[in-house]
Amino acid sequence: MTAEQIIFLIVGAVTLLAGLMVVTVRNLVHAALWLVATLFGVAIVYALLNAGFIAVVQVVVYIGAIAILFIFAVMLTRRQAADTGPALNKNWWGGALMSVLTFAGLAYLLQGWSGFSKQAAAIPSGFDAVSQLGNVLTSPQGYVLPFEVASVLLLAALVGAVYLAFNKK
Amino acid sequence: MTFWNDPLKVAAEWLTGVFTGWGMNAVPAHVLVAFLGVLMLITILMVIDIFLVWIERKVVARFQDRIGPNRLGPFGLIQPFADIIKLMIKEDTTPAGADKFVYNIAPMLSMMSVLILWAVVPLAPVMLGVDLNAGILFIIAAGSIGTLSIIMAGWSSNNKFSVIGAFRQVAVMVSFEVPMLAVMLIPTIFSGSMGMNAIIQAQDIWFILLSPLAALIFLIAAIAELGRAPFDLAEGESELVSGYNIEYSGMKFGMFYAGELLHAFTFGGFWAIMFFGGYRFFGLEKVSPFLAIAIVLFKAMLGYWVIMWVKYTVLRIRIDQMLAFNWKFLTPVAFVLVMVTALMNALLRGADGWLYITGMILSNVIVAWVSLEVVRSAAKAERGRVEGVQVVEAAHH
Repeated sequence: MTAEQIIFLIVGAVTLLAGLMVVTVRNLVHAALWLVATLFGVAIVYALLNAGFIAVVQVVVYIGAIAILFIFAVMLTRRQAADTGPALNKNWWGGALMSVLTFAGLAYLLQGWSGFSKQAAAIPSGFDAVSQLGNVLTSPQGYVLPFEVASVLLLAALVGAVYLAFNKK
Repeated sequence: MTFWNDPLKVAAEWLTGVFTGWGMNAVPAHVLVAFLGVLMLITILMVIDIFLVWIERKVVARFQDRIGPNRLGPFGLIQPFADIIKLMIKEDTTPAGADKFVYNIAPMLSMMSVLILWAVVPLAPVMLGVDLNAGILFIIAAGSIGTLSIIMAGWSSNNKFSVIGAFRQVAVMVSFEVPMLAVMLIPTIFSGSMGMNAIIQAQDIWFILLSPLAALIFLIAAIAELGRAPFDLAEGESELVSGYNIEYSGMKFGMFYAGELLHAFTFGGFWAIMFFGGYRFFGLEKVSPFLAIAIVLFKAMLGYWVIMWVKYTVLRIRIDQMLAFNWKFLTPVAFVLVMVTALMNALLRGADGWLYITGMILSNVIVAWVSLEVVRSAAKAERGRVEGVQVVEAAHH
């Protein structure tokens, strides 16, 4: 086993554990903090995949903005941070079935992919992943249309949120 | 390759040789050497941090026409060590009902979020932790860990003052991240890279000459990010006692305090790196890496001094003023400036040096002037609305 694989296994185990804690702990602020740990683990996985830019963006967007927003929402809307009552509702078996099926489907698809059991090729020196990403996102041959559509969607969400929060006089 | 040209590499190779000579494998030896390098950097930073306490107290004293610490040692230089001993032997209290684990981990995260920033700071052309190609975003990412530590500290203390302080601080940090990230794209436009070293290498002309407005916005956003005056409303002694760290005592409080000082120094350094050429100073950096380190530390100190200057001369502003200033003024100006700069850069790409500089400065001046005019007319309308239209009318006739 290479050092990278050992690191991946440790990070993966910690991420999964943190993800499990998110849905099982009773204290909602603790759940949000465990979610931060999970997202951080995902960021480390991106870093292990040589996607440093995506890893940093993951931390900026998910930890810096979304997790903080979760914690704010919990603190502002709940009198008590701890939850009472049963942790599972009566649909738990449906959720469990769906997650098992999704995992099995993904595993089946990846089994059929030729690159599944191969070692990743070494990245050539001087390869700038960030500029490659920028070119792909903005070139007409690349993903400029989905990129623009996503931007318009986000803008619409932003305008909608401002409209909802706007105090009508 | 001698020691004076590339000290870190020579030292690392020598150490690796020693470790492998002891019968260690190559990979663990490399890991150990890297670990020792990180340990050395952190130790140097913490020693600098001790003296930052002294510098801060001395400088604030000068601004307030006092002398500052002057009893212990020459110029009171031993004062910070006395402070540290005091912090260490103080009782370590935990409030009743505190969330112990979160309460104890928050000061560590706070310090860590500052120290981790130095991973991307180039001290010399050949001395830097990692030349990350997303270095600029890394600063914001580290800042978001700092934000997290503050909300953890405020919430786990089980104290209403500390939660309100944390809310205010996080509101400031989350909102000022936006203009900060926007203006950090301007050095990226000029240099064509988000890596710190590439930004410095591209500064044949310091970027403050190309975009003074961006440097100013970055400084304002940095001060807000640090939670220093005039944006220290999280501290608000008269209403909140001390903000999010109110329940912390001893060295845990010391961690927040030392973290804040080192953070200010670090942002002075980033200001220097992005707008004042970092370790470059008329080719002096090529003489020796040690000279380059001296230059970058000197520039970082100058930036830190400016931040202190602002802190001790400007009054604290209210939270609604802070939010309005950020979202209604600073953020739009930063975004417009980024767009104008990108456009000008595309237009003037082939032009010679002087035309390029003049065009950039002119576009900066125009953006600043237009935004100030917009604010002036908005303020006039607001004054008219508040004071009543008839008063304004009467004054006219």
